[in-house]
Amino acid sequence: MTEHFDVLILGAGPAGLAAAETLAHAGRTVGLVDEQTDPGGQIGRRAIRQRPGRAFRKTLTRLRANDRITYFPSQRVVDCDPHPALVTESDLGYTRLTGASLILAPGARELVLPFPGWTLPGVLGAGGLQALTKSGWPVRGRNVVFAGSGPLLIASAHTLKKEGARIRVIVEQTARREIARFVAKLPAWPSKAIQTLTFTLGLAGIPYYTDAWVTEALGEERLEAVRIVQRGRSSVVSCDFLGTSLGLIPNVEVALRLGCALSHDPHPTVRVDSLQATSQPGIYAAGEITGIGGAELARLEGTIAGHAVAGELSKARALAPRHAHWARFGAEVARHFALRDPLRELAGSQTILCRCEDVTLGEIDAVADTGSIKLLTRLGMGPCQGRICRAALAELRPGYGTVTPSEISRPPLFPARLDTLADQALKEPSS
Amino acid sequence: MKTVTLTVNGIPVTVPEGTSAAAAIATVTDVFHRSVRGAPRGPYCGMGQCFECRIRIDGWRMLACLARATAGVAITTDD
Ligand SMILES: Cc1cc2nc3c(=O)[nH]c(=O)nc-3n(C[C@H](O)[C@H](O)[C@H](O)COP(=O)(O)OP(=O)(O)OC[C@H]3O[C@@H](n4cnc5c(N)ncnc54)[C@H](O)[C@@H]3O)c2cc1C
Ligand code: FES
Repeated sequence: MTEHFDVLILGAGPAGLAAAETLAHAGRTVGLVDEQTDPGGQIGRRAIRQRPGRAFRKTLTRLRANDRITYFPSQRVVDCDPHPALVTESDLGYTRLTGASLILAPGARELVLPFPGWTLPGVLGAGGLQALTKSGWPVRGRNVVFAGSGPLLIASAHTLKKEGARIRVIVEQTARREIARFVAKLPAWPSKAIQTLTFTLGLAGIPYYTDAWVTEALGEERLEAVRIVQRGRSSVVSCDFLGTSLGLIPNVEVALRLGCALSHDPHPTVRVDSLQATSQPGIYAAGEITGIGGAELARLEGTIAGHAVAGELSKARALAPRHAHWARFGAEVARHFALRDPLRELAGSQTILCRCEDVTLGEIDAVADTGSIKLLTRLGMGPCQGRICRAALAELRPGYGTVTPSEISRPPLFPARLDTLADQALKEPSS
Repeated sequence: MKTVTLTVNGIPVTVPEGTSAAAAIATVTDVFHRSVRGAPRGPYCGMGQCFECRIRIDGWRMLACLARATAGVAITTDD
């Protein structure tokens, strides 16, 4: 089945939704694809045990009421070509969507560096644990530790506490004076200052260790405890779940396959001009795929991309000052919560780097020729196609993990139709 | 709150409507599958990237974090 629209949008997060509404307002038809069951992206997830928030209800109503926007939920983009076209996969099969233009807004995923025990059930990404909890993951009365760096730890802890989890401690790698410097700048972004205050008050009484990190997750069949080191002092805290996060990295796979130029810092971001245009004609990118900057920046970039595609260039350019204002916020987060070297040294030679193929860091280091790592170790050749380990490797062994188009651009983008292609990728006979 | 009832490895589970398949499974087991070297694994990224939550729903391979728990289905882990 093929459907055609004036504009295709990948991702129904803040960026994709803003672009869709801007384009619909300008009279364009929009096909909006997202693999999640609900719109809103990573930040707009609805907590199923809570009443849907006003923002969520408004988004849904506006999407449904807008007959220029066709929303395709629960559809994962598994292939694409620069015409442009997107191939999506769902329970119902495959759909090919074409458009005169394409806006890429697939957001970001979490950066996590391996440490001993990080593969135990119960150890999750902090935002991942937050997302699962909103989807009904049983955390009530369970002991939870958050560790890593940045505001996402606080936001996730806040969500879990609301759902009845017992937050034992939040472990932040950044030093207290650095956080104080960051907080002192917050009044320039009042909505962020208020959010920070809300989280801080909501988490009152929960220990917040700074200048500290989790060095090890302990347990046999699942997580039982974590070892925390703060300025040379080590302690063990028992817990049921650990949520770790060191920040976010853009989901560039689709853009890479479409031939869009990337920058590396060391993680790849899609390069765009002031109108959000990529290096490929007719293809735009908005939101965290162009760099990590938060939901407000994503929304602005979506609006700018929408105006640009609709030919409303003066409207797009008028948003430049607000864009610069929110880009500065993103830059401040990145600067003050910058990753510290000890976190890159937690993984030992026995620590697994590639979860899909159980490849250890020692096995990687034993390969002298970095060009043959993949061939000799199967690193990144499992079902996730290196989405988790590649970024970690880029941090732990700079230069090793750089993405090359030939590596990812082989179709499909994800093992499509888990039941068919993935049988091979998962190396297991179908039952 | 409306609920749905399904089975996880044959065990009946009742969860609120809208619950993810991953959350429904977590009420029964922490281990979603074994790694290539036999180590226990469960969901990691919660957002469709890591494939650690792969399971079968009515025989179909799915990512439990992206799928909803729907009434009457049979979910199996350790695939
Ligand atoms: C796990 C996580 C938790 C977060 N929690 C918070 C928080 O609590 N507070 C906060 O302020 N910020 C949070 N953030 C950051 C915030 O979500 C982002 O700043 C913001 O959502 C970025 O908007 P976006 O539109 O660029 O991308 P997103 O909101 O990430 O939206 C992208 C959408 O694209 C979809 N998508 C991606 N690839 C495909 C594909 N191949 N096929 C189909 N659909 C696809 C995704 O499902 C997603 O819905 C979180 C981020 C993450 C990753
Ligand atoms: S938990 Fe990572 S793909 Fe589902």
